[in-house]
Amino acid sequence: MESVTKRYADGTVAVDRLSLEIPDRAITVLVGPSGCGKTTTLRMINRMVEPSEGTILLDGEDLQQQPVTTLRRSMGYVIQNAGLFQHRTILDNIATVPRMTGWGKQKSRERAAELMERVGLDSSLGKRYPYQLSGGQQQRVGVARALAADPPVLLMDEPFSAVDPVVRKGLQDELLRIQDELGKTIVFVTHDIDEAIKLGTMVAVMRTGGHLAQFAPPAELLSDPADAFVEDFLGADRGIRGLSFFPSTGLELATGPVVRVDATAEQLTAPGAPYLLVTDADDRPLGWAEPRELRAGEITADALLPYGRPFVAGTDSLRAALDCAVLSPTGWAVAVDAEGRVTGVASQATIGEAIRAAHGTGSTAGTRAGERTGDAAADGPADVTKVAP
Amino acid sequence: MNGFFDIPSDLDNTYFGLIGLHLREALLPVLVGLLAALPVAQLCVRFRWLYPPVLGVTTVFYAVPSLAVFVVLIDYTGQTELTVMIPLAVYSLVVLVPAIVDGVRSVPEETLAASTAMGFGPVRRYLQVQLPIAVPAILAGLRVAVSASISLVSVGALIGNQGALGNLLADAQKYGRPELAVNSVLTTAVLAVLCDALLVLVRNLLTPWMPRGGGGRRPKQAAERPEPQEAATR
Repeated sequence: MESVTKRYADGTVAVDRLSLEIPDRAITVLVGPSGCGKTTTLRMINRMVEPSEGTILLDGEDLQQQPVTTLRRSMGYVIQNAGLFQHRTILDNIATVPRMTGWGKQKSRERAAELMERVGLDSSLGKRYPYQLSGGQQQRVGVARALAADPPVLLMDEPFSAVDPVVRKGLQDELLRIQDELGKTIVFVTHDIDEAIKLGTMVAVMRTGGHLAQFAPPAELLSDPADAFVEDFLGADRGIRGLSFFPSTGLELATGPVVRVDATAEQLTAPGAPYLLVTDADDRPLGWAEPRELRAGEITADALLPYGRPFVAGTDSLRAALDCAVLSPTGWAVAVDAEGRVTGVASQATIGEAIRAAHGTGSTAGTRAGERTGDAAADGPADVTKVAP
Repeated sequence: MNGFFDIPSDLDNTYFGLIGLHLREALLPVLVGLLAALPVAQLCVRFRWLYPPVLGVTTVFYAVPSLAVFVVLIDYTGQTELTVMIPLAVYSLVVLVPAIVDGVRSVPEETLAASTAMGFGPVRRYLQVQLPIAVPAILAGLRVAVSASISLVSVGALIGNQGALGNLLADAQKYGRPELAVNSVLTTAVLAVLCDALLVLVRNLLTPWMPRGGGGRRPKQAAERPEPQEAATR
């Protein structure tokens, strides 16, 4: 494991007596407002900035004892706007570090082509130059370039800040997917708390002046902010957002108010619910209706109320379920299985009960429902160290 | 025009000989200027405080009329080609230093940080990243320096027929043959245009990575994903 303690002073103090233990093979996010020293902290890890006090240990060895170029080549670095070499082709950009470390030209190019595929870039782009790519594609090249020499550590400095939100979401999902495959030790700097919560196994919230405000898994951050600064930084709806970390597995689903489109008059009246969810013969949802408006054998999809966006029971989080219920015209959320077949419905009250139950146990913190099951996240929280103020 | 290419014998040269001489007197100084400008510019990039004074001093050099420089230099280097070429080299230097400095400085901060983070040392970074990216700016400076140098060589006619094609101007007056003056002006202009075109060609060969207007190339932000409003209008 990595044990990092850093001090930095440059007239003004950029990072003040910061101690962090960054878990191996997981994503640690440094997040905070401008000028909180997060980028400085990151750059001390590959010694682009030298700490003025304190030591940084990597696998128990002091970084200061290692030759700086060797150190840097063992750490991938991804920067805002990608920072590609505009005078080199995409393939040559990605092959930079392998070439420098003495791989042959052919081998480096093969490796680069392999990485383009890994980050989701079409191999036909390899011969192009950076200006011919969109911002999102350039950023993918930046990630591929950082991974080229297969470094154990990846440093990412606001890599997705300069692309539009849709592309950013794609890049974030891609990063999580790549991380599932490769299991790198990633240190990720951002000013976007939502990005931090989405990506981080551990999140370090920093405040102006280079102080660490809190270091915790994202679920704990949302449920239990250390102080007013962290709470304020998290924003208004941290309760709702925290629900992302509770799976909808335990949610009690009602099947009574679900009827097929070819239901008999008896089936339509039996449930006694204020609304019925009508499905087609394959159990796929069609829409809601009041029982008295339905006539057996004459149900048409056009006459039904829209059912909104269903959630996948067990896979999606309670947040998705609640969102579904809030958006539903009837106040009931529609649960489906992976194939889109209705497995039941849940009222806002039922979801509320499930939320209270989940808060009571709290055992799900650390894994995010609907994503990243079975990754290295499980060992992350065990290594959390709180920080001396 | 009779006698257009009939070069007076006092020049002791043919038409094409004059062209060769003219090119040598114009281009050698640019080359020397470029070789001198590279380290000077690198110092100015490295030590930012150095750039304003260097720029000030070189600009003063540029303001000194070449004729005045000739007069001073004749005492040392005589009525030779060298006397013509020294000020031309200085003028090239003056044009090229800012071009190189601006070019090297135009390398984005992210690109520099990324190269440092990948383990580039300062020398490798300069040769493999900063200088290549500065090529368009350097070539732009070279175009100005070469054109200026080609036209300025003619002034050498005033110091013992060292002006190559410029000597034709003097002879036109001396022998009352205006066609020689026309010849001089036209040939000099054509040389300048050809050299400029050559430099543009060189730049295009060196920088396939530059976005260029027109042509069948993809625009800068072209991506697989159509823009939302674009998609909506389809």
